[in-house]
Amino acid sequence: MIGLSHYLVLSAILFSIGLVGVLRRKNLLMLFFATEIMLNAANVAFAAISYHYNDLSGQMFAFFVVAVAASEIAVGLGLLVILYKKYGTLDLDEFTVMRG
Amino acid sequence: MTTFAFYFFATLITLLFLVTVLSRNVLYAMTALAAGMVLISGLFFMLDAAFLGAVQLVVYVGAVMALYSFAMMFFDANKDIKERNGSAVTVFLLGGAIAVMLVVIFTAPLIGQGVASLYPPAEGATNPQAVGLVLFTKYLVPFEVAAVMLLVAMISGIILAGKKMDFSLSVVEATKSIDSKTIDNMDNTEKKGDK
Amino acid sequence: MENLLYIALFSPLVGSLFAALFAMSPKNIITGIVTSALLLISFIASAILFEHVMTVGAVHVTMMDWIMAGDMLIPFGFLVDQISVTMMVVVTLVSTVVHIYSIGYMDHDKSFNRFFSYLSAFVFSMMVLVMSDNFLGLFIGWEGVGVCSWLLIGFWYHKEDVSRDVNPSISPSWAANEAFIMNRIADLGMLIGIFILYWNTGSLQYDVVFAALPNLSDGILVAAAIALFVGAMGKSAQFPLHTWLTDAMEGPTPVSALIHAATMVTAGVFLIIRANPLYAMEAVEWVSYFIASLGTFVAIFAASMALVCRDLKRIIAFSTLSQLGYMFAAAGLGAYWIALFHLAAHAFFKALLFLGAGNVMHAMNDELDIFKMGGLKKVMRWTYLYMGLASLALSGIGIAGVGLAGYFSKDAIIETAFNEQNYILWIILIVTAGMTAFYSFRQVFLTFHGSKRYADTEIHPHDMYKYVLIAMSPLAILAVIAGFFKGWFEEFVTVLLPAYKMSEETHHIAWILGLVVIAFAVGGIVLAYIKYNKGLKRNEELENSLVYRLLSNQYYIPQLYDKIFSKPYAAFSRFSWLTLDQKIVDATVDGIGNMIKTGGDNTRKIQTGNLSDYLRWMARGVVLLVIVAFISHQLSQGAN
Repeated sequence: MIGLSHYLVLSAILFSIGLVGVLRRKNLLMLFFATEIMLNAANVAFAAISYHYNDLSGQMFAFFVVAVAASEIAVGLGLLVILYKKYGTLDLDEFTVMRG
Repeated sequence: MTTFAFYFFATLITLLFLVTVLSRNVLYAMTALAAGMVLISGLFFMLDAAFLGAVQLVVYVGAVMALYSFAMMFFDANKDIKERNGSAVTVFLLGGAIAVMLVVIFTAPLIGQGVASLYPPAEGATNPQAVGLVLFTKYLVPFEVAAVMLLVAMISGIILAGKKMDFSLSVVEATKSIDSKTIDNMDNTEKKGDK
Repeated sequence: MENLLYIALFSPLVGSLFAALFAMSPKNIITGIVTSALLLISFIASAILFEHVMTVGAVHVTMMDWIMAGDMLIPFGFLVDQISVTMMVVVTLVSTVVHIYSIGYMDHDKSFNRFFSYLSAFVFSMMVLVMSDNFLGLFIGWEGVGVCSWLLIGFWYHKEDVSRDVNPSISPSWAANEAFIMNRIADLGMLIGIFILYWNTGSLQYDVVFAALPNLSDGILVAAAIALFVGAMGKSAQFPLHTWLTDAMEGPTPVSALIHAATMVTAGVFLIIRANPLYAMEAVEWVSYFIASLGTFVAIFAASMALVCRDLKRIIAFSTLSQLGYMFAAAGLGAYWIALFHLAAHAFFKALLFLGAGNVMHAMNDELDIFKMGGLKKVMRWTYLYMGLASLALSGIGIAGVGLAGYFSKDAIIETAFNEQNYILWIILIVTAGMTAFYSFRQVFLTFHGSKRYADTEIHPHDMYKYVLIAMSPLAILAVIAGFFKGWFEEFVTVLLPAYKMSEETHHIAWILGLVVIAFAVGGIVLAYIKYNKGLKRNEELENSLVYRLLSNQYYIPQLYDKIFSKPYAAFSRFSWLTLDQKIVDATVDGIGNMIKTGGDNTRKIQTGNLSDYLRWMARGVVLLVIVAFISHQLSQGAN
């Protein structure tokens, strides 16, 4: 039988995949993808907990997470476009203006 | 049946996301991500969160992915991404450590105890109905705030990306080392043309 | 009456602030006139208050609550009673004269306005000192006059330091610092005394403190009396804290007249008189006796140094010291009202003497060596008259109940010593009276009589401005007539101060005692006349004798202080600076700074500017935090 912990473990694995993406990739667009993965992992956990405890709060949080993710992408992509226009690349290794 | 469905979904999602994270090609990555999102909505349906599943499909697979696709047109997605990926060991170690810790914390005893249901689904209502009832009563203010936030995000997205939309990116392609100065000059000539 | 009190108190402050407005601008005669006028107002107010106190009684006002902390309540109040009103009148009168005098004396000084600002500020501080109704207000005024004294002694701060054999007081700034530091040492004693009184009586108000005195143990009374007297010793320049007073003559002469003769230095005597209920206690009898003995010692000690001194102002400074000794002798013997009377009378003739000396200096282009003067009698008729009068008053000339101010006041002190059957003190005081007469007239004769020893220089002496000479006249008149008010004054102040009556026997032979004193005084004058009237005949042998050199070098006490205190302290300071501060403190501070700097240099590499690296650092941080949170959670579980 599939219980709460199954879902939570899956959520943790997905989150870590996203984290690996965030840490490893240098392309900003890929970083965004990885962030999406992490947010979705969180959503899975929310939904599972909501189901398990028979409480709709978890789903509510998932909705707001979706809303935040959507806003983030709208703004973030705008910024990416500008960056690309300015530097012609999205590689993080190229953006080292703030080197100390 | 549910066991099979869970493992099926879980395996596929993990694999697809791994493809997303590790792929060199943006197009592959995005496709894999979209597919993973669809499968996650499957998980939601399994968890009796039909409305959330629908939202997942509509927002992520519909809106977000469409946004990415359009954005990608700017970024020349056909080429493989060339990156200098340094020591993968640290990264996987960190990712693994965090995964393990999350699992330990999630599965630790005591943490889930004493949790009482605050907003149980209404009796005899379908999931979307129940969600609606809670969302528009208990979570009305956050909902409105989220709406405002989305509006702000939309406006900022338009302004950020929409500026100089008529400025051809192929020029950037041609003159690799274009700097902001030339862009400004172009702006000026355009403005003069407008007048 | 309250308004009058505030007028008397605050008009000098207003004058000071007004003059301060012009402090940085060139000489402006207005500042002198305004400050003098305001002081005149203050004097008039004080005089009216005097009349009021005499007919109606003391005025006591509380201006505001000053310090309120827990149980501590110190109101900022003022008390005008017999003692303080006497001081007020003396201070404001002398100050007014000195202010007017200064308009003439400081005529050519480029810091004219600044001078008046300081001078009025001093008067204000002095008024706070005498009018305060509690020890803390007295202390504020006490420190205020200290600061003003410092400012004024060092008024010509731009003068270079010279060695001690050229000028015994080295330089104005040196003298100012010496005065200030010596007073700080003594003020510590005074503060301790105030603390002791507060600790044990719970108040600083004079009336409350004095009312509580009988309940205190003997030890506390003695400690408080000694500590307060240490403060008085500093301000009144009693041995061994006396060296600053003669060095303070580096200041402009009006300052010497006002601060270092007539007013500030008497603050110590004032304190003892003010605290007379404490010093009259049975338990502190020996402290009082010590005060009297020390006063007598300082009287003859200072007079002996004046005998051979060649510096016009220093002679008068020594005589001030000597007269302060007389006052302490009287106060110590319990004759507080006599001390106060001598204080007032002395203020008049001593200020006059100083102002006269200022005239001479002015005429002689700031020459101070009396060996280089002489024969000034003809050109400086008025000054000669004033100084002669003042010297007569100082010497205590008079006979059979008719005489100058000093005759009444100083004789009364000597008589007191006799009356206490303290014949040693009595003899010393009489001898000192003779010495006083001698050195006063030695100075007068050397300055005004004999040949013109300055003839071969370019100096053309002339008398002071008319208005200055007129302004000095009140002092001259008072120096002559002040003594006649003795009986009346006694009646006035003994309302508050313990009445001191001579015993029957003393009373009977008083005229003989008086004659003895007069004999000594006249003897001194005659000796001075024989020796110096004809002119200066220098005696090499005498001047090279041990005693002469001892006296003219002030018993080598300044040199001794230099060796014992200044030099080792300077060496210690140097050691602290070079070793303690630079090698230890600075090194520690620098070390901390360097550590952070090198740390920053080394960790700077973390800031690569690459977002990826930052994200990795963030992930590491998250791992760390989660581990810490997990462990602490486990620990708290374990604790439960």
